[in-house]
Amino acid sequence: MTSGSVVTEQRYRRRRSASRRTASKPGASFGQVIRAELIKFTSVRGWVIGMIVAALLTLLFGVFLAGNASIGCGPTRSGKACLPKVPIGPGGEAVTDSFYLVRQPLAGNGSLTVRVTSLTSLVAQGSGQAGPVGQGPRNPLANMSKGTVPWSKAGIIITASTRPGSAYAALMVTGGHGVRMQYDYIHDTAGLPGKVSPAAPRWLRLTRDGDVISGYDSADGKHWDLVGTATLAGLPRTVQAGPFATSPIDNKVLPFFGGASVQSGPSQATAVLDEITRRGHWPAATWTGDNIGGHGNTPGTGVGYFRQSGGAITVSGSGDIAPVVPGPGSFYPTTTIEQPLTGIFVGLIAVVVVAAMFFTAEYRRGLIRTTLAATPSRIRVLAAKAVVAAGAAFAAGLVASAIAAPLGVSRMQNQGQFVLPVSILTEVRVLVGTAAMVAVAAALAVALGAILRRSAAAVTAAIVVVVLPFLLSVAVLPVTAANWVLRLTPAAGFSIEQSIPNYPQVDSVASPASGTYPLPPWAGFGVLCLYAAVALVLAAILLRRRDA
Amino acid sequence: MDALRAEWLKLRTVSSSAWLLAGMVALTVGVGATVMTANRCPAGTTCLEDTTKLSLSGVQFGQAVVAVLAVLPLCNEYSTGMIRVTLAAIPRRPAVLAAKTAIVGGLVLAAGTVAILGSLLAARLILPGHGFDAADGFRPLSLADSATLRAAAGSVLYLALVALLSSGIAALVRDSAVTVGVVLGVLYLFPVIAAFVGNPVWHRRIERYSPMAGLNIQATTGLKALAIGPWAGLGVLAIWATAALLAGGLALSRRDA
Repeated sequence: MTSGSVVTEQRYRRRRSASRRTASKPGASFGQVIRAELIKFTSVRGWVIGMIVAALLTLLFGVFLAGNASIGCGPTRSGKACLPKVPIGPGGEAVTDSFYLVRQPLAGNGSLTVRVTSLTSLVAQGSGQAGPVGQGPRNPLANMSKGTVPWSKAGIIITASTRPGSAYAALMVTGGHGVRMQYDYIHDTAGLPGKVSPAAPRWLRLTRDGDVISGYDSADGKHWDLVGTATLAGLPRTVQAGPFATSPIDNKVLPFFGGASVQSGPSQATAVLDEITRRGHWPAATWTGDNIGGHGNTPGTGVGYFRQSGGAITVSGSGDIAPVVPGPGSFYPTTTIEQPLTGIFVGLIAVVVVAAMFFTAEYRRGLIRTTLAATPSRIRVLAAKAVVAAGAAFAAGLVASAIAAPLGVSRMQNQGQFVLPVSILTEVRVLVGTAAMVAVAAALAVALGAILRRSAAAVTAAIVVVVLPFLLSVAVLPVTAANWVLRLTPAAGFSIEQSIPNYPQVDSVASPASGTYPLPPWAGFGVLCLYAAVALVLAAILLRRRDA
Repeated sequence: MDALRAEWLKLRTVSSSAWLLAGMVALTVGVGATVMTANRCPAGTTCLEDTTKLSLSGVQFGQAVVAVLAVLPLCNEYSTGMIRVTLAAIPRRPAVLAAKTAIVGGLVLAAGTVAILGSLLAARLILPGHGFDAADGFRPLSLADSATLRAAAGSVLYLALVALLSSGIAALVRDSAVTVGVVLGVLYLFPVIAAFVGNPVWHRRIERYSPMAGLNIQATTGLKALAIGPWAGLGVLAIWATAALLAGGLALSRRDA
């Protein structure tokens, strides 16, 4: 390089930094840059149409996908008549509340202590078929064989009433998760680990003090540890308390390439309890057995019993006391409010195309030089474009999801699918979150457009990083690998749509196709935001470094 | 013939073509190897994996690059205005599309062969170490096995058909970004939608009649459970590609450039 050219370059640098300084004057405010980009965006008819098409496609596919079951019940073969009567828990969530209860009323404060010496399970044999199954009894107890069900549970329970969906607190031994204290369906605390057996019995104690129920466990009946306390607001003075047993649907997942086949069948838990000690005012003299939630078309085997001999009680039941989760292998054929938003994949591709072109089009026509002459702060140009594209995408996404969700939900209900209820806050998070996810994906596509400068490359990159990982995880990869893909790639952003949380105390055949993601909603959304942020920073650096 | 030579010259002298071809091979083999590493057959369990299909899963990614490669020769001409020069030199417009498609298709056939052979080689190196060995009834993948040969050759054809489909859509749409969006949408959205459709009738319809049916050519086990047979599936994709090329050719002939 000659000395002359060095001088020229230095002069050029000086001029550029001078122009950057003038740019910071109020004349070129960020608002004006945004306005300029907004005018550019709205004046290209194709881009506006693209966003409208994105919203329409999302709506169309969402509602089509939501309503496609064809079941009918009753004399009119209506879908609505098929809707299962799912109990609703104290927190407003759909719950499974089906177990065998051996009860006595407890008036006022008191406590119940038992020793559990055994918990065994029967599982249905060969009841499963490939595909989603699990609607009620399939085999009677006679055809079942011994097995292990990790979340089979038996112990003692204090419940407000025998109506399914009542407030309760229970302390239990489980098939594979040690002693647990659970209350009001969604709360779960671990106690002593290990399996229960005659050689290693477990003592359980529940004490009631007003609305507060405390659970204690012990391995020897002498040293007691507090497992947890539950506050059940509005608990009546007289509650039902006693031993119980239940056992959920047993899912065996057989993984193979391209998905997994699930064998599901009911299971039954039988427990033996003795050394039963009651304190407080127990007005009844004898124990009463009840198949809670167990009449007619019940979840589980529908068979439950109890036997008394000496001071010991044998109790056997089937079902679960837990929240209902979506997907095959749950007790009810259920669906979620986010199911009608599936069309967002289609809309997302249209949005990504428009957003990427929003930047790359400037390079194709050389307009970028005019743009940068007008706004020498290149970062502002990038930011303004990202904001405008994300804003348009957010609007399109919000309109589409706000219409698709209620339409789809009512269509699904008319077809006999039980839509798992969620709070209004969750619903807003799902709808607004879906729009926000599309907006962040649009910003990511703008950044890719600035990095790659070619429409085809930018669009491909955006689709490959956002949509393809999702496709791989629902259709190609085994579950563990798929979960890592949905944690680490921008496709994690779809987690924002999950309305029913993952409950560790429910074994479900969870998959993204049934609306279950490995990350919590906001964490998954954060992963997508992180990718967008990194891409935008990289784009800003390259934009400043490179000649336009 | 002149049209072919002209198109070959154009494609050869754009550096992106070579990069895209190399990228396609790298992505196909790389993703295939990653997916194989993620799968494991624990000792003492029955594994139902279709190892041939597993080893060729990189095609899912490779086809995205093929789409870009096949879209650019035509769309770039529209964005620069070069198309007017091309059509002035070769007034028979369908010949232009045919020549571009033939060149791209040929290149994809060649690069696809390399990618598929690379994937199978990776499978021979990776799979036995992940429990897919003779003890579980898995033999090392070999082209001497007729099903594997069909899957391998079919995958190469699949990639070439994706190139044809992309080329046809490019002639219809003309803008590279929108074309790539449409092609990738057609390729990727149907499987995603199928995963969500609960209605078995529609699920089966999508699996049978969408371009994704072409990937059934990779299946070597459980053929009876497929919604559509391997060759029939590839035929479905061929119909999509033919339809796209016909529509593209017609659009090219009728419209002003």
